[in-house]
Amino acid sequence: MEISAVKLAVCVKRVPDMDVRFRIGADNVSVDEAGLKFDLNDFDAWAVEAALQLKDKNAGSEVTVISLGPDVVQETIRKGLSMGADRGVHLKADKVPFDGFAVASALAAELKSGGYDLILFGKMSPDSANGVVGQMVGELLELPCVSAISGLEIAGGKGTAKRELEGAQEIVEFPLPAVLTVDEGLNTARLPSLKGIMAAKKKPLESRAAQLPQPQLTVTRLELPPERQAGRIIGEGAAAVPELVKLLQTEAKVL
Amino acid sequence: MANVFAFVETRGSEVRKVGLEAVTAARTLADKTGGGEVHALVLGPAGIAAKAQQLGQHGADVVIVVENPAFANYNPEAATATAADRIKAGGYRAAVFSTSAQGRDLAPRVAARLGVSVVTDVLSFDVQGQNLVVRHPMNIGKVIATISMSGTPAVIAMRPNVIAPAQNPKAGRVETAQPATDPGSTRVKVLETKQGNRDKLDLAEAPVVVAGGRGLKAAENFKLVEDLASAFGNAAVGATRAVTDDGWRPHSDQIGQTGRLVSPELYVAVGISGAVQHLAGMRTSKTIVAINKDKDAPIFKVADYGIVGDVFEVVPALTDAVREAKKHH
Repeated sequence: MEISAVKLAVCVKRVPDMDVRFRIGADNVSVDEAGLKFDLNDFDAWAVEAALQLKDKNAGSEVTVISLGPDVVQETIRKGLSMGADRGVHLKADKVPFDGFAVASALAAELKSGGYDLILFGKMSPDSANGVVGQMVGELLELPCVSAISGLEIAGGKGTAKRELEGAQEIVEFPLPAVLTVDEGLNTARLPSLKGIMAAKKKPLESRAAQLPQPQLTVTRLELPPERQAGRIIGEGAAAVPELVKLLQTEAKVL
Repeated sequence: MANVFAFVETRGSEVRKVGLEAVTAARTLADKTGGGEVHALVLGPAGIAAKAQQLGQHGADVVIVVENPAFANYNPEAATATAADRIKAGGYRAAVFSTSAQGRDLAPRVAARLGVSVVTDVLSFDVQGQNLVVRHPMNIGKVIATISMSGTPAVIAMRPNVIAPAQNPKAGRVETAQPATDPGSTRVKVLETKQGNRDKLDLAEAPVVVAGGRGLKAAENFKLVEDLASAFGNAAVGATRAVTDDGWRPHSDQIGQTGRLVSPELYVAVGISGAVQHLAGMRTSKTIVAINKDKDAPIFKVADYGIVGDVFEVVPALTDAVREAKKHH
């Protein structure tokens, strides 16, 4: 097998655990962070894992983990380093703007002169749930971009990736350098080992101001959606089927 | 008065329902800003022009058709270049896309090329002063954000099924155009497409979704779910993450936080306990039916109608009853 060192960047986000009841902050435009647990976004963890697997196969490769946000995102970068990435870059900002174009612009400014062969993103983050930053960076850097991949091979200066479409599956080929966004199913992310956690403390982590443009999107209000009214248990077993069908016809009017 | 652009998705040689929804949304938006024109862009293989004529019925004043054999499948680079060039040339106030697999890929690319932001998964929109104001679910649908967009054009991607394609006849004058770049010489090349059944309804678009979970016990028992879906006739089949992780169904069938988001008229959950991860993908469905043997399963907290019972007994009975009901329509 051909061995060739690749330079990999993975852009990651610190996100809250979603398995909670969120509260809206006093400003009405942010989520109250008190009591929330934060971690590396799952999709981004799979992107880090993909980069580490390529590094494992190609001696001399280097993985850089990049995150934009307040100082606390350095913890998230350190998690990537403890999984095995080599260096971190923190793009300092008071907060992560909702505006994906602003974030993509700041990341593109950082990535532009990095000489990366492959730039990886998770396909989305569950908090802002917009799923646009990776594709936007691809366009801003004028690089080939494949989104939502669930399979990846790199060899001889080009890559092949698998994407699930609606009702179809595609295998695509792309030249390096390229931008990829990672879907579920690509891999299972490794957990940081104790040795990895210790080693991560000594790995280089640069911090500099994010070059964020003026945002074009402003969150003017956050609200909790109305609770879904708990419905009713119609009955037990097949005996309840006629009543269900009647309700679907006359009440819900969907049959 | 400002004109609005709509990107109309196609699949093979058909216009997709989300495409009609995009035109309907663009028409509404144009009317809210004083009645500008709606210009719809349709990329497809030879013959798509004939199908594109119907867009006038939904409110398109102009339908721009680009026919090319390579547009039988979604072509990210050529679609991006063609849509971005057209939007630039048209000076639109807003551009409407769909939050489908295709639209999720395309809308941010086009927006970035135009130097503007984009909001995907838009639930509703309004115009306030100079700004387009949209509602967008965050934190797996547990928080709804209202977002004011100041860029021009404002690029949005509508969530499928939140706007019904409406009749609002306009001229629908068909113009033909060329791709902005050759779709045959893109950097990313499709080596292979494993086509599923083209007639199969897409999860995001189907009016009825029947989804199965671990309660089905084995991959082969998904036949029960497929049979119920076929009895409805207008249903797509989905699955929980546990099921796709076990390989019973492909990942593309997964409904939930890390999978597909659906909001059909009717959602039938078969043997699904209702983990938070799953609820995130389907809680906005209009009517939810749950069939589960555990009466304390969390799915019953969001279901409008629940049946406690063995799925192997209840589902075949429901399939027969639905088939019978459909016969009398």
